[in-house]
Amino acid sequence: MKSVQYPADFQHLDSIRDFVGETAERAGFSSKEIYSIQLAADEACSNVIEHAYEGISGGKIEVECEARDGQIVIVIHDHGKIFDMSAVRQPNLGRDLSEREVGGLGVYLIHKLMDEVSFQSSKKHGNTLTMKKRKSGDV
Amino acid sequence: METTVKEFKHCNVIEVNGRVDSATAPQLAKVLDKACADGHFKLVLDLTKLEYMSSAGFRALLATQRTCKRYNRGEVVLAAVPVRIREALELAGFTELFKTFDNAIDAVGNF
Repeated sequence: MKSVQYPADFQHLDSIRDFVGETAERAGFSSKEIYSIQLAADEACSNVIEHAYEGISGGKIEVECEARDGQIVIVIHDHGKIFDMSAVRQPNLGRDLSEREVGGLGVYLIHKLMDEVSFQSSKKHGNTLTMKKRKSGDV
Repeated sequence: METTVKEFKHCNVIEVNGRVDSATAPQLAKVLDKACADGHFKLVLDLTKLEYMSSAGFRALLATQRTCKRYNRGEVVLAAVPVRIREALELAGFTELFKTFDNAIDAVGNF
């Protein structure tokens, strides 16, 4: 699996999207799927920078990405604060504008955009998010 | 990301070009906040040249829609939303919060 380490800074989201997008493109994913994969990786890394590394400078994000057998696997790893992704409340997607919450949207989108999402967190090894998407030919 | 603001008689048209993510969304929020602070609450966002928008951008749109709709003084409408961005807005349940138009001219005609 190809692995690239990025400084935990929003300025590097562009490069992270390029990295996963190029891997997906080479593997023959459709433009719709590539956009979904890039958006999911962006949302995941944005969450790491915003929450796991909140108040911590000099953090790193390791992004691993591999496409094989019609499936792309992206692993995002950080050593920030222990973060329980499953505890993120689902955003209220009701109609009323005033009731909309602004948080939780990124995690919600990741689950919608990818086929499989799993999360592991430990003090020793940090946070690891694994996301998978199969090629469906959906354009 | 780059923005261009055009003031019309009944509304402002704000072109949002390029990519809006967590790095650039604060810049977009600033432009939208400035429009509201100047008393413009009828806003057309022309997204013809928008290449990418993450939830950070969606949040900026939502905050501005709340401000504009307060006291029924206006609203934010979206024009020429690129297909990938429309799909993401739909996934986030945002399409029902914003009127959308095929182009900026039709959107301006809404006001």
